[in-house]
Amino acid sequence: MAVERLLKDEATEEKGDRARMASFVGAMAIADVVKTTLGPKGMDKILQSTGRGRSVTVTNDGATILKSLHIDNPAAKVLVDISKVQDDEVGDGTTSVVVLAGELLREAEKLVNAKIHPMTIIAGYRMAAECARNVLLQKAMDNKQDPEKFTSDLMNIAMTTLSSKILSQDKEHFAKLAVDAVLRLKGSTNLDAIQIIKKAGGSLKDSFLDEGFILDKKIGIGQPKCIENAKILVANTAMDTDKVKIYGARVRVDSMARVAEIEGAEKEKMREKVQKIIAHGINCFVNRQLIYNFPEELFADAGILAIEHADFDGIERLALVTGGEIASTFDNPESVKLGHCKLIEEIMIGEDKLIHFSGVEMGQACTIVLRGASSHVLDEAERSLHDALCVLSQTVNDSRVLLGGGWPEMLMAKEVDELARKTPGKKAHAIEAFSRALQAIPTIIADNAGLDSAELISQLRAEHHKERTNAGIDVISGGVGDMEKLGISESFKVKQAVLLSATEAAEMILRVDEIITCAPRKREDRM
Amino acid sequence: MALAFDEYGRPFIILKEQEQKSRLRGLEAQKANISAGKAVARILRTSLGPKGMDKMLQSPDGDVTITNDGATILEQMDVDNQIAKLMVELSRSQDYEIGDGTTGVVVMAGALLEQAEKLLERGIHPIRIAEGYEMASRIAVEHLEHISQKFEFTVGNIEPLVQTCMTTLSSKIVNRCKRMLAEIAVKAVLAVADLERKDVNLDLIKVEGKVGGKLEDTELVYGITVDKDMSHPQMPKRIEDAKIAILTCPFEPPKPKTKHKVDIDTVEKFQTLRQQERKYFDDMVQKCKDVGATLVICQWGFDDEANHLLMHRNLPAVRWVGGVELELIAIATGARIVPRFQELTPEKLGRAGLVREKSFGTTKDRMLYIEQCANSRAVTVFIRGGNKMMIEETKRSLHDALCVARNLIRNNSIVYGGGSAEISCSIAVEAAADKYPGVEQYAIRSFAEALDSIPMALAENSGLQPINTLTAVKSQQIKENNPYCGIDCNDVGTNNMQQQNVFETLIGKQQQILLATQVVKMILKIDDVIAPSDY
Repeated sequence: MAVERLLKDEATEEKGDRARMASFVGAMAIADVVKTTLGPKGMDKILQSTGRGRSVTVTNDGATILKSLHIDNPAAKVLVDISKVQDDEVGDGTTSVVVLAGELLREAEKLVNAKIHPMTIIAGYRMAAECARNVLLQKAMDNKQDPEKFTSDLMNIAMTTLSSKILSQDKEHFAKLAVDAVLRLKGSTNLDAIQIIKKAGGSLKDSFLDEGFILDKKIGIGQPKCIENAKILVANTAMDTDKVKIYGARVRVDSMARVAEIEGAEKEKMREKVQKIIAHGINCFVNRQLIYNFPEELFADAGILAIEHADFDGIERLALVTGGEIASTFDNPESVKLGHCKLIEEIMIGEDKLIHFSGVEMGQACTIVLRGASSHVLDEAERSLHDALCVLSQTVNDSRVLLGGGWPEMLMAKEVDELARKTPGKKAHAIEAFSRALQAIPTIIADNAGLDSAELISQLRAEHHKERTNAGIDVISGGVGDMEKLGISESFKVKQAVLLSATEAAEMILRVDEIITCAPRKREDRM
Repeated sequence: MALAFDEYGRPFIILKEQEQKSRLRGLEAQKANISAGKAVARILRTSLGPKGMDKMLQSPDGDVTITNDGATILEQMDVDNQIAKLMVELSRSQDYEIGDGTTGVVVMAGALLEQAEKLLERGIHPIRIAEGYEMASRIAVEHLEHISQKFEFTVGNIEPLVQTCMTTLSSKIVNRCKRMLAEIAVKAVLAVADLERKDVNLDLIKVEGKVGGKLEDTELVYGITVDKDMSHPQMPKRIEDAKIAILTCPFEPPKPKTKHKVDIDTVEKFQTLRQQERKYFDDMVQKCKDVGATLVICQWGFDDEANHLLMHRNLPAVRWVGGVELELIAIATGARIVPRFQELTPEKLGRAGLVREKSFGTTKDRMLYIEQCANSRAVTVFIRGGNKMMIEETKRSLHDALCVARNLIRNNSIVYGGGSAEISCSIAVEAAADKYPGVEQYAIRSFAEALDSIPMALAENSGLQPINTLTAVKSQQIKENNPYCGIDCNDVGTNNMQQQNVFETLIGKQQQILLATQVVKMILKIDDVIAPSDY
């Protein structure tokens, strides 16, 4: 008797080899999408959104590309997810992690076709990953003790990260920007303190780091344009009508005269509030919410600079920079901490007026102003810079560094190969496959740069069989070069995260032998 | 279709609209049901054991789940068939009762059904088969009791518990760090266990996950973590010897539940209302301060003004904390949940040695750790992992491990795993079968054969020759009279599960056999399936 349908209509079930094939194909397809963006000569992708406006993004950031794809294949979703996590956790290496996982699965597919059980492959991959990680641990250099070298390490890392991005033309300039900004954070990983302002116009080279703080706001009319030795009160309070917050309160009047009275009282209330604020002895008042004309006028009368509508992040940063606290009540002026800065002035960037706070007390926050020809360039520049900042801030915490340019991959591949030779049993095939997958990364870098990858990789491998080599691919000259001399470095933390999450993801996908897809939930057509 | 005729030969209508209903009767119905049950079991069969494979499930919303936990697979499978739904229920009840062995129970039921089909073909009545199974299951459960061992452990010596949890975890994707996770699970359970009453309230163990980092970073926190941060960015991030006030009322102006209006018609009223409002905020914060609280945890939001006042009075606060978390915090710190400011008293505050905020990764992810609580009987396991699916699967695996540890505290008897218990039961049932006269003997013998299917599946999944391995182990058990021989799934080189340290709980195994038998009996007793046909 035929088996009756077990699952609901439209739910599909794939088993055994077919399921495995579906997930391999899906994962490899995703890896192939981002493969060409890897390395300093990687290409960009144009993404067009399906939403209104059909906005266009040009990027080569793996996480950004994958996030925007609409994917149906469940295995592919796993890869998208690891790329996203990589972005959240370390910020860079989002492409590498997907490519490595894809390569691992590609190798695994060959092994499965050769009738090796997935569990055996997983066991081999695990051993290989462990071995590779130990190599990284051994070879990582830590220059924390030597501040000068450490800074140069950071510079190198920033330059290496940026070299694959749109900023590669001015990577030195931007690397310096990023390193300066991160060092100001003094070990904290709170990248919110670094504000990035994008202003179209000018060229990328005109971007600069400002030690003070720039707020993208205008100064109220009739108020001083320039304040020295400013005392700043940062507030989050309603400065419009300041309504009564007790629920259900409403004004009920029986004559026009009463309306006028109440209005007067309201005005009086606002005046009182402004007086209280002024009583703090400030000469600059920054509010998160709107400031109506009336209080603004009062502030202007008192010679106080009032800035309205600073967004929440701006307020927090400003509070952080100037050392003030964010206030919402103003009854006891003596205990509210005010922020200080040497000079507040209005500056012009391009055609826009901005407010510049300089000579601030706490140098933790800073602002990077990006200039560029178009909004797409600026967006991509911001993403690139964000990657660099993330990597740097992680490196400040975990100061171990590795060389770049395929050097760590080749090292790992070599050690893993050795392990394969020592391991008896079928696992050895899987370990060998792992080493091949690792070597695929420098191969792709070389391919993307239009170089003869087969030739280069074999040279590189020969080089790595000597002791203590620093050889890697020098994409610029198109040969094998000394990575230490070229100053190409990568953060240990990023490489480790790439290795571990790629192996984890590959393992997960390999373990699957059945895919059950439920019927998609019906949605009304939203036109 | 069933038709009855009256004396004039006209048909009665027995079922409403009977032409539109599909109906299966008798042997046909039983066979259809059996084949459906077998189909479900077949899906789970490959997930059994340390070398079992995972299933990838895509939900109607497109979310992906990768798991090898039987209960989870069945629950998310979108099953339509009635009998298949019974199997889902079966796995779920094993999950609720025991927490582990959800795959095994379904495979067992499938094997029993398969054997029943053969018997049906020989013309044995289903009820007789069901009775035979019942007898056999009783024999098996007794035999399990007989071969089980007491497992002594103390708070100081948790090794036996860890070993058992490791057996559970070894079939999951997390088996890379099974030792570590098993230790975490055991420590967590012991921290909340009531050893006197031999009971564990698993609700006190909170399992929290956050993507990023690696599995090895998973940690056990003796306290509570909350996925929230301080309400004001400038509040202190670290509080020692915190006195915690837990509130379920918002720091906002009062909002009576009855509809009301406050009419303002004169300037004086406007003024007084203003004064009152300010006083109200002041009072709220002052009350918290007066009772000596150094941290306020609130279920609701804060008004901006109240927020600043709190900050101003140096009273850190956390807002929008969920109800469940609030309760856990209350249990851990010994606090009382206070619904109104007026009812705050110093006795109702909770105590914690250290409250700190910790940030993760490059995004603005922050968690609040409440540690060294007055009453440390609430713990949190904080899981890290490479991606979302990994975290979810780790959570499920850890749940299994926690359940196993709990079961051992309730009843410290264990049997050996790797299919050894099943093989031993099979031998015992087989031997006992001959003593029963009648048709039941056949059913009992079939039961014994069905028991063999679990070790068989284990061997198959491990890439061994199933029949060769099973017969070899079975003969070894009989020859050496040693019930600890099982399938050597991990290729360690010995069949003796005692040496391999593969344990399972006795109640888990017993429950598996009993539940599977019950469901099979139920399925066998169905002889008529009436379903509305598709339109």
